Amino acid sequence: MIRLAVISGKGGTGKTMVTAALAHLLKGSVVLADCDVDAANLELLLHPRLIRTDPFSGSKLAVIDPAACTQCGECKKYCRFDAIESNGGTFRISPLRCEGCGVCVHICPAAISLQPRQTGEIRSSATDRGHLVHAALVPGAGNSGLLVHAVKKTAMEGNEQCDLLLIDGPPGTGCPLISTISGTDAVLIVTEPSVSGIHDLERVVAVCRQFRPRMYIIINRFDLDTTRADAIETWCRTQGIPLLGRIPFDPAVIDAVRAGIPVTTAGPSPAAKAIQTLAAKLEQELTDLGRKR
Amino acid sequence: MKLAVASGKGGTGKSMVAANLAFTLAGTEPVTLVDCDVEEPDLHLFFPAAAVTSDVTVPVPVIDETKCQHCGLCADFCQYGALAALPDRILFFPELCHSCGGCRLVCPNDAIHEEPRRVGTLSMADPQPGLKLIWGTLDTGSPHAVPVIREAKKAAANAPVVIYDTAPGTSCPVVEALDGCDTCILVTESTPFGLHDLQLAADVAARMDIPAGIVINRSDGKDEMTLRFCADHDLDVLMTIPFSREIAAIQSRGDLLCRARPEWQKDFCSLFIKCKTLAGVGP
Repeated sequence: MIRLAVISGKGGTGKTMVTAALAHLLKGSVVLADCDVDAANLELLLHPRLIRTDPFSGSKLAVIDPAACTQCGECKKYCRFDAIESNGGTFRISPLRCEGCGVCVHICPAAISLQPRQTGEIRSSATDRGHLVHAALVPGAGNSGLLVHAVKKTAMEGNEQCDLLLIDGPPGTGCPLISTISGTDAVLIVTEPSVSGIHDLERVVAVCRQFRPRMYIIINRFDLDTTRADAIETWCRTQGIPLLGRIPFDPAVIDAVRAGIPVTTAGPSPAAKAIQTLAAKLEQELTDLGRKR
Repeated sequence: MKLAVASGKGGTGKSMVAANLAFTLAGTEPVTLVDCDVEEPDLHLFFPAAAVTSDVTVPVPVIDETKCQHCGLCADFCQYGALAALPDRILFFPELCHSCGGCRLVCPNDAIHEEPRRVGTLSMADPQPGLKLIWGTLDTGSPHAVPVIREAKKAAANAPVVIYDTAPGTSCPVVEALDGCDTCILVTESTPFGLHDLQLAADVAARMDIPAGIVINRSDGKDEMTLRFCADHDLDVLMTIPFSREIAAIQSRGDLLCRARPEWQKDFCSLFIKCKTLAGVGP
């Protein structure tokens, strides 16, 4: 199985739109994972039929037993996350700030305990293009990196015979992104021709270099700034990263998203044509990668 | 007045709204603009200026092998798996450590002390009169955004008007940025993706008791779905910015709408007044 993650650094460059199109265009058997667990959107284009859900518990939560609490305030002194609030002598834990480290329990085992908490849900679904594992993080919850790991693990289990694990990744360079790209064979980075897009591309490439997946880049909405698109192409060459294609700005993309379908199944359009061309190149690259392994 | 700009979905125009708001306000009152999207901080690209940069560090355990008895209590205690006890040594995985300090507390042999470990940087600049810009930058390869966000916010703690630009998403970096804010602007786009993620972001704001207002960006006039959601959830649409290739080009080259087209400044002034009303601060 080849493991490919679609990532971007900067948000909103078109990861999900590209992932959904690739799910239909790449040949062979596919298992899909939506690792943008904070804001999972792949389901809006692939219309999964839910098969099962599993609760996800990330970190634990400290809970104070008010009957046993003597209001001494020692726990608050040791908490490094400012998670213990006192209000008129009553102490309580802020669930949004508590990271479940257990220091307060060590300080006061008589009144405080660590309890499991559900911070998300892992969903296994069927789509026309194979099995999809996605998730819902409780809004505001932490541990999205752990949830990403659990989504990838669930997607691989029982699907080892698939030719491709196709991952829709999160934006950024932190915990969820690192969790997404670790163990992948290749990443497809979707960028856009703007000062922010280029800056964020350079940072996400720097993170990827520490994990050594094969990198590919595509430029979305390239015609909004062809000068910067050319600059990205030159930069890719200096970095030795293949630029697989340029997608034009095309209202057909928004129309397809509103219709809830990948742009490549919505009929001919300039964007669909560009994605079909780059998917064929990617297909070849992945075949070569599989042969080398 | 502490105002956050958030979105759920990435790339909806958070930085654009935050930057234009700060640029406009700085003409009349001192403003501090804080980039809390430390994984991909971009605001400084729109305000070129000399910056003063310092390290952001977190305390991590260091084990004194002369005192360690390899009892493994520290590894048992660590909820994050950052310490592993082998028969003859303790392994430490810094990227898993949350710097809670618990291992040092539980060590019966006083064999653990803490030393600072760099996870990112904090930068400050004064790009124009009335505007202070603060941004955190997470080191590439470091997973811990929250301590960098916390330092960036701390650096702006005493400023009278602070605008925070947040990361996309709805998890810990967003919560850290929103914490303590008087109000927040949620920037969205009128697509099913934008609406889906707006619902999640509005949920986070509601859970944190932070009043929220909506900015619709890159509108192509087909905003019915978003407007219906806002009406159903009692969220005011504070501003609608149309899609135009000209605005996209201004952004793309690193310029600001209000700098390139000063007639937009009155719209951002009025956005800020609406935010003050939302926050209950009054005009």
